[in-house]
Amino acid sequence: MFALLFFISFVLTINSHTYHKSKVVTSANFLSGGIYSIKSSITDYFDLHQQNMTLTEENNRLRTLLFNSGMMDSEMALDSMVLDSNYTFVTAQVINNSYSKTKNNLTLNRGSNDSLKIDMGVISPQGVVGIVVSLTKNYASVQSILNSNSQVVAKFKKSNHFGTLVWDGKQPNIVQLIEIPRLASVVLGDTIVTDGKSTIFPPGIMIGKVHNFDREEGDDYYDINIELFTDMTSVKHVYLVSQRDAPEIKELEKTVEDVEQ
Amino acid sequence: MLVNIVRFITLILVQVLLLNHVNFLGYINPYIYPLFILIFPLKGNKGLLIFLSFILGLTIDMFEDSGGVHAAASVFIAWIRPVVLKYSFGVSYKLNTLKISTAPLSKQIIYIIIMVFFHHMMLFSMEIFNVNHILLILKSTLFSGIFSTIIMVISILLFSRKNI
Repeated sequence: MFALLFFISFVLTINSHTYHKSKVVTSANFLSGGIYSIKSSITDYFDLHQQNMTLTEENNRLRTLLFNSGMMDSEMALDSMVLDSNYTFVTAQVINNSYSKTKNNLTLNRGSNDSLKIDMGVISPQGVVGIVVSLTKNYASVQSILNSNSQVVAKFKKSNHFGTLVWDGKQPNIVQLIEIPRLASVVLGDTIVTDGKSTIFPPGIMIGKVHNFDREEGDDYYDINIELFTDMTSVKHVYLVSQRDAPEIKELEKTVEDVEQ
Repeated sequence: MLVNIVRFITLILVQVLLLNHVNFLGYINPYIYPLFILIFPLKGNKGLLIFLSFILGLTIDMFEDSGGVHAAASVFIAWIRPVVLKYSFGVSYKLNTLKISTAPLSKQIIYIIIMVFFHHMMLFSMEIFNVNHILLILKSTLFSGIFSTIIMVISILLFSRKNI
């Protein structure tokens, strides 16, 4: 009895340590999703002021962008924008969030009924939050970037040198950027953004800035600590991004890989 | 029976809605739900306890998105409970004369500390699952353990019923 149940838990644990296996037990289900919804409908009021400030700031930034881009002048531009939008966004609210473990996840109040899909990117008003890993009809479970399994392609805003964003599990506001080649120039405070290569996030979404960096003598890559723009401890309103062309790009990449094998 | 069901549900709710969000000093969360296993009736069925512990842990895992780490830790302490009981209260616990709530407080605390230590050690080893982070495992076990023990002792003192 003990051996059997312990073995089952052990398998579930191993499963959770491997990225991208669809999880068996997640918080995106009727029971825990429902309870978290009730809880969040009460606790949402506590930090309403701060959340409003964040959203107003974002509105302010987007308005500045919109008016300065001249898009407001012609209706033609507006029309074609709608027709031509490769990226679509869905809003959602975080109903459960963790940041103190080494593998952190968030639960959102939207699911497959709201046309969410596995592998959609999740961003906050200030920057990247994570990736959708499992879904039910009304809830979604998101792998936070504060998860030691998380891997996100990121690049320097100024130079296009790209690397992988990982987390060492220590501080909830510092993540690590690895595989940045020696010939890139790195300066404290450089902005790091997403790279459009992965089909999960659109290019140019803010991630953070260089906190400190280090390269051992004779080593070809930098170890860079990135300070996140998003305060992962208080993220509430998020957007989910989907790219219209993503299935096509993935299919193409898959055929190429198959040919090479 | 009814008491046990109510306790089961209450402990889960307190754990997932309250204690999982404490994050004292950034990463210290107390765990109160093992209390269910600790004060499960002494003459209760052992297989039943292990099975209930599994369900209990799995429910916490479901809320925390943590795979099966809580289930593993709970099943483990349910399995070693008789040994720990014997060590902390002596052989007499088998004779149905002992009640945990009427035993001397020092013995109760020793029992809680041992069980919490094994639970947390198992929990954090499984959760972090990396030999390189052994220091982090020990640190989490120690700090969360102290916190959990205090909370469990307080709740036993507050809610202790003479029939446990």
